[in-house]
Amino acid sequence: MKWDKLLKLAGIVIIVAAVAVLAVKPVFPDVKWLPFTKLIKQGLDLQGGVHVVLEAVDTPEAPVTPDRVKQAMAIIENRVNAYGVAEPLVQQQGDRRIIVELAGIKDPDEAVRNMIKTAYLEFKTEDGTTVLTGRQLKTAIEGKNPQSGVAEVNLEFEPDGAKIFAEVTAANVGKRIFIVLDDQVLQAPQVKEAIPNGKAQISPYESLEEAHNIAILLRSGALPVKVEVMEKRTVGPTLGADSLDKSIKAGIIGLSAVLIFMLVYYRLPGLVADFALIVYALIVLLIFAALHVTMTLPGVAGFLLSLGMAVDANVIIFERFREEMWAGKTLQSAIDAGFKRAFVAIFDSNVTTLIAAAVLYYFGTGPIKGFAVTLSIGILASMFTAITVTRYLLHLVAGSKLVRNLKMYGA
Amino acid sequence: MMLRDRKPFHFIRPRKIWYTLSILIIIPGIISLFIQGLNLGIDFKGGSLLDLKFNQPTAVEQVRGVLEEFGLEGASIQRSGETDFLVRTRELSEDENLNIIQSFDQKLGGVTVQRSERVGPVIGRELIRNALLALGAASVLIVVYVAWRFEFKQGIAAIIALLHDTLVVLGVFSIFQIEVDSSFVAAVLTIIGYSINDTIVIFDRIRENMLNRKKGENLEDIINNSLWQTLARSINTVLTVLIVLAALFLFGGATIHNMVLALLVGITSGAYSSIFNASPIWYDLKRMENRRKPMRARA
Repeated sequence: MKWDKLLKLAGIVIIVAAVAVLAVKPVFPDVKWLPFTKLIKQGLDLQGGVHVVLEAVDTPEAPVTPDRVKQAMAIIENRVNAYGVAEPLVQQQGDRRIIVELAGIKDPDEAVRNMIKTAYLEFKTEDGTTVLTGRQLKTAIEGKNPQSGVAEVNLEFEPDGAKIFAEVTAANVGKRIFIVLDDQVLQAPQVKEAIPNGKAQISPYESLEEAHNIAILLRSGALPVKVEVMEKRTVGPTLGADSLDKSIKAGIIGLSAVLIFMLVYYRLPGLVADFALIVYALIVLLIFAALHVTMTLPGVAGFLLSLGMAVDANVIIFERFREEMWAGKTLQSAIDAGFKRAFVAIFDSNVTTLIAAAVLYYFGTGPIKGFAVTLSIGILASMFTAITVTRYLLHLVAGSKLVRNLKMYGA
Repeated sequence: MMLRDRKPFHFIRPRKIWYTLSILIIIPGIISLFIQGLNLGIDFKGGSLLDLKFNQPTAVEQVRGVLEEFGLEGASIQRSGETDFLVRTRELSEDENLNIIQSFDQKLGGVTVQRSERVGPVIGRELIRNALLALGAASVLIVVYVAWRFEFKQGIAAIIALLHDTLVVLGVFSIFQIEVDSSFVAAVLTIIGYSINDTIVIFDRIRENMLNRKKGENLEDIINNSLWQTLARSINTVLTVLIVLAALFLFGGATIHNMVLALLVGITSGAYSSIFNASPIWYDLKRMENRRKPMRARA
């Protein structure tokens, strides 16, 4: 027995075991990034949430224009932010579509209804009476005051609105007027004087940009175009948690069965491969955490499938290794020859699978993209572990002369 | 050594039997595809789906009763467990959706919406288009890669084997009318990825054995030997993948059930086609080439 190699082997086993524990168990509660499996983002189907694709549609009063779609997006973003969920996604797709994703929301269906409802802009006095609504507002444009250079929003009312506005401002000099959108107070400017011509300025703003955003919300208090739901997928939080539990359970059972199979069929190399497989799983989970990969249910399936792939690389190597042993090579040279010859096969076969995964990523949406990502990361990591970790370990085991019986190597 | 060299059967010589077997499996599926087609889910044809969990045991008739009040006689109601239901209807507006759920909640003693999906017909058409584009793009890219690393005819043989696997899965899903959704597309592409993987490992061995070709050794036997040499790997790999899939099928969530089923069928078919179709077809393509060459020389 060679003690130095044996010590190395023991060291590696201890390190991997430590990393494995750190990956899943909260050993150091103070360290934010541990256990790092917690950093892997869960998709909507695992933590519950809503994915909705909205499309602006033409109506006689309001045909779809790029500007209107932009406005609608700003309004929807504003409404979505009210839910206070982490990292809401509001994204334009193509000319007319808006994709919204909200994770971990309690009543996803309600959120969707809120997104597409026609918003309501109101002007209220201090005593809470609604004096004007968005319908009576003609325009709201940001600008800079020509004298002071301060950013402001210029309002202009429709004739009937202008008349009411004149009366209201006259009656409320020194008081505030509340500008309320969807029951939220947007602005509460103070009335300096009666405004008879239906034109008013709200100021000051920090920047022209801020004024611009407010102007958008004001002039488009109601959605400027009709928005329809093209696609909606909601998952309740219980179903999501249930799916996650089940996948973890299925994963543990599947992985254990594979580990046992490898051990029984390939004996000592099988044990090495099992160890490499655990290293592989840890590497993949680390990559997921580092790249902020979003884990979806199909993504879990992709990850588990890539475990099968990782086993395959080892199987190819061991079959080659056995052949070399039968051909009468020594243990160490059989390992080297086995790896060398197996590499081409592993490389070519994995590249073709990567091609399929890349196509899936390009054409897929949502969870399917997640599946493609986990499968691809898994394939790359499996190639890496099979040709580095397994090889190094196998040499170490053989070199340590811990096991001399060639039968244990499957010969 | 002698013992190992005596193979129980030849892979290439009786290839007509393997082809016949494949055709026998595929033909009922193709007939079914023409007659009853696929059971397309709302992802493809548009519609609404509600995954409901009632607070108390509920009968299908009760659920149907509520749906009929909304004129949804044609809804498909699937019960899974005492309190769990999957309801599929035509596309419902958000207001209709809300009213129906409220009605369930009041009349049937409380309900939780586990999942609610709505897909417009446009999205469904786009999905079909993208699925076909993806299948086409994957096939072309794989042929190009195989042609570059191996040879063009092997690329063609590989694609025929992939077509075989796709048809087997489509056939099984058509015959048993299992619902097909967007994850089915992912499953088919993964099957293609795995099946080509198996095929490539075998082609790799053929490529290597061709380089070390002994005098007088014919192509038929080189391929046969390569297949036997890679057989243990082919079987073990499929077994490990099937183990993982079986675990997912039995213990994984219901939402990926059909996807896993497609993978189970397809990967089994992929293992068969890689061994019994891809290489024999390549052999036949090679023979056609050799037969044609002398003709050209004469002309």
